[in-house]
Amino acid sequence: MRYGETGFNLEIDLSRGNIERVESDPKLTELHLGGLGTNAKILWDRVPPETDPFSPDNLLIFGTGLLCGTPAPGANRTILTTYSPQTLLMAYSMMGGFWAPELKYAGYDKVILRGKSPKLVYIWIHNDKVEIRDASHLHGKGAVETQELIRQELKEPNAQVAAIGLAGENRVYTASIEQGRSSASRLGIGAVMGDKGVKAIAVRGTKDINLARPAEFFELCSDVLKYIKFRNENPVPNVMTILQGLGSPQEMLHVDEKWHTENFSWGNSRARRKDFWTKEVEDKWKETQENARKRLISCYNCPMKCGAIISLPGMSTYMMKCFSKLTYTMAAFVDSLDFGFRIAQRATEYGVDGFSTPQIMAFAFELKDAGILTDEDFAGCPSDNEGRFYWLLDRIVRREGIGDVLANGTHWAAQQIGKGAEAYAHNNIKKHEQLPLKLGMLNPVYFLMYATGEKINITQIEGQFPQSPFATMEEREDFIKDWIQVPDEKFKQIVLDWEMRGERSNPYYPTPEMSCDIVDWQEKMHYIDDALGVCAGLSSFPLKPPYHIHNYPHFISAATGIDVDEAGLTRVYKRNRTLVRSINVRRGLRRADEVPPEDHWRKRFPELEAKLLDEYYKFKGWDNQGIPTKEALQELDLGYVAEDLEQRGIIKNEQD
Amino acid sequence: MSKIKKKIKTIKIDLDKCNGCRACEVICSAFHANPKYSSNNPARSRVRLIRQPIKDVYLPVYAGEYTAAECMGRDQYVIDGKEYDACGFCRASCPSRDAFKEPDSGLPLKCDMCEDDPPQEKPLCVQWCLNDALIYEEREEEVEEEEKLEDVDVGVESLVDKHGMQKVMDTIARLAKKD
Repeated sequence: MRYGETGFNLEIDLSRGNIERVESDPKLTELHLGGLGTNAKILWDRVPPETDPFSPDNLLIFGTGLLCGTPAPGANRTILTTYSPQTLLMAYSMMGGFWAPELKYAGYDKVILRGKSPKLVYIWIHNDKVEIRDASHLHGKGAVETQELIRQELKEPNAQVAAIGLAGENRVYTASIEQGRSSASRLGIGAVMGDKGVKAIAVRGTKDINLARPAEFFELCSDVLKYIKFRNENPVPNVMTILQGLGSPQEMLHVDEKWHTENFSWGNSRARRKDFWTKEVEDKWKETQENARKRLISCYNCPMKCGAIISLPGMSTYMMKCFSKLTYTMAAFVDSLDFGFRIAQRATEYGVDGFSTPQIMAFAFELKDAGILTDEDFAGCPSDNEGRFYWLLDRIVRREGIGDVLANGTHWAAQQIGKGAEAYAHNNIKKHEQLPLKLGMLNPVYFLMYATGEKINITQIEGQFPQSPFATMEEREDFIKDWIQVPDEKFKQIVLDWEMRGERSNPYYPTPEMSCDIVDWQEKMHYIDDALGVCAGLSSFPLKPPYHIHNYPHFISAATGIDVDEAGLTRVYKRNRTLVRSINVRRGLRRADEVPPEDHWRKRFPELEAKLLDEYYKFKGWDNQGIPTKEALQELDLGYVAEDLEQRGIIKNEQD
Repeated sequence: MSKIKKKIKTIKIDLDKCNGCRACEVICSAFHANPKYSSNNPARSRVRLIRQPIKDVYLPVYAGEYTAAECMGRDQYVIDGKEYDACGFCRASCPSRDAFKEPDSGLPLKCDMCEDDPPQEKPLCVQWCLNDALIYEEREEEVEEEEKLEDVDVGVESLVDKHGMQKVMDTIARLAKKD
């Protein structure tokens, strides 16, 4: 018997309509755990690097984390892996919600889609019964609407459905996959699903997930719950409200948005709106949010409440999380939160990423103001700020006129438009739109995370280590006194020594060497979370989380019976991290691509930045192009990767 | 008849506090696995969250008695503008729905308040609900002591009611001779 996992994947060939239940190799669980780790292994083995993201040969993998379906709190994430049409690199966007545990209860760890269906279909997985069903009646239906229609059609109110909207069907590069209160939004995963002709995957499972050492596992879960309770009652002092607690940013709970509205350069802007949060805005926003929010809600088996049910008169109810309430409102230069909730409802039904999409629209209107796009491109567009955003969203999702160009994201749109449009696509890394933050002084840790992150999305890399130094020694000592999560005591010393100004301050402190250590720790926790399917909100993302490097090995051992300690788990992380890097290196990723937006920090330090990258690559066992060395690969049981990279001339030619 | 004290165990359910996470289902199914916690499967749980997010329906329901027959008439509740399913508040394991049955055998499930040795301080679902949507309460009530009839007594009594004592006695005597 397999423990923690089911030991079976569902292989679906959409071109031939073939469905197979395939046993997975237990050795791979030891080497990569599950989720992101085994997804990456499958992508490396089965999809050659020259494959176009919209080729039938590209795979779309829905991988559950190793702990999904066990009682581990917050273990509910689905990790989606494919090649991104936007970055052309590996995409691994993730979603919480209820889908991953349901798939495990149906008896599968992953659903692996290949080929292309000649017509729009949806997949219905009910334990051992798996069907590919016609979805022609769901053409153009909203992503939320579709979930409900399928549940009704199947007469299965307990089925969990992951669906795309019109954006996915039309292969918009910011198309998401929506499910429950969650979505896998970044890097165009919904476009690949649409390209494969799959509208949705519905799942219902009523089988057991077994645990190797039940009593021990139960104790570990109870301790995590106790710690969550403690942390909910004891927010971390001396940091911003949003960093004090667990979970993803509590945007549905908080109504005070002074900090976010005034400190981000929203939309495609380069400047902040320093005087946005007036008393009038504050009162109005509070009223709107409290009226619209019907309930704070969570994902499967998690006590947090990061999402909300949003309902306003004259519009279908939907679920929201995180920053979408701000991204559209602020990008459109509209002062009404009511507009934010309403356009986000339409965008959620269309199934688009709430970060990239408003940025693309703001970018388009900047190009119009600059005369690079013309009135002809915007024929029929209303002139008011609200109206024109709705209008452009419709054009993008339908790929009509200028919308067809913009649907590929700011990088590709700028290339196609030309006439200097490239300068307006200023907020990308590796062709992907970033959080609209413009800061003063370079933070060396953040520089490295932005530059080298394979997720290409800062919120999935940061966490654990404070974002800025504490003002006084008293505050620092207070912070480190119960910091049980550190993998090594040396991190406490860095916090004690880190000053706001002077010799031991940004950008030269933490030193490049320390910065590599800090980044490595943060990456480690994210890679482990993404292999286990545990939400970053209870682990790698917030300060002082309930899951950490000291209790994770026990969770894995008690669940699966695979004995692993901190050193062993660290090795698995390094293997997964290096494999993901190798996949991207094989797709052409090099040092020249690892560049944060030029205007991300006002003060830049080219020499220091070069040194940071040098140190980081060395720390990882990579050459100065960011390519893993043969020795590093062999040391991590990735000799076959080294061989492949050697055969392609990537290692031999470029490492001389 | 004398009065005796009876312990009443209650789980008070505050629908407004439910965040819909289904931790109650998770831990219920794990606790009742054999060996304890060895497997997890919400389909085996004795508490079910009836959850329709778009309608803001969040309703934990506990498994009660098994019934062999389904109801001929059903009640539909509209509370605070929200419509609850006809079987929404019902605790029965019954032929008209899947809830509260072992998924493989179809045998009925019933909440036992996590009876355990040594006893649990509270049922596990309550312990795992950090949002306090589920609150455990115990109280003592004085009730009339009733002589509890054996199952056979109940059956025979109903036969006596129907056929009269003499006929039942004659029948039993005749049946006894046959053996």
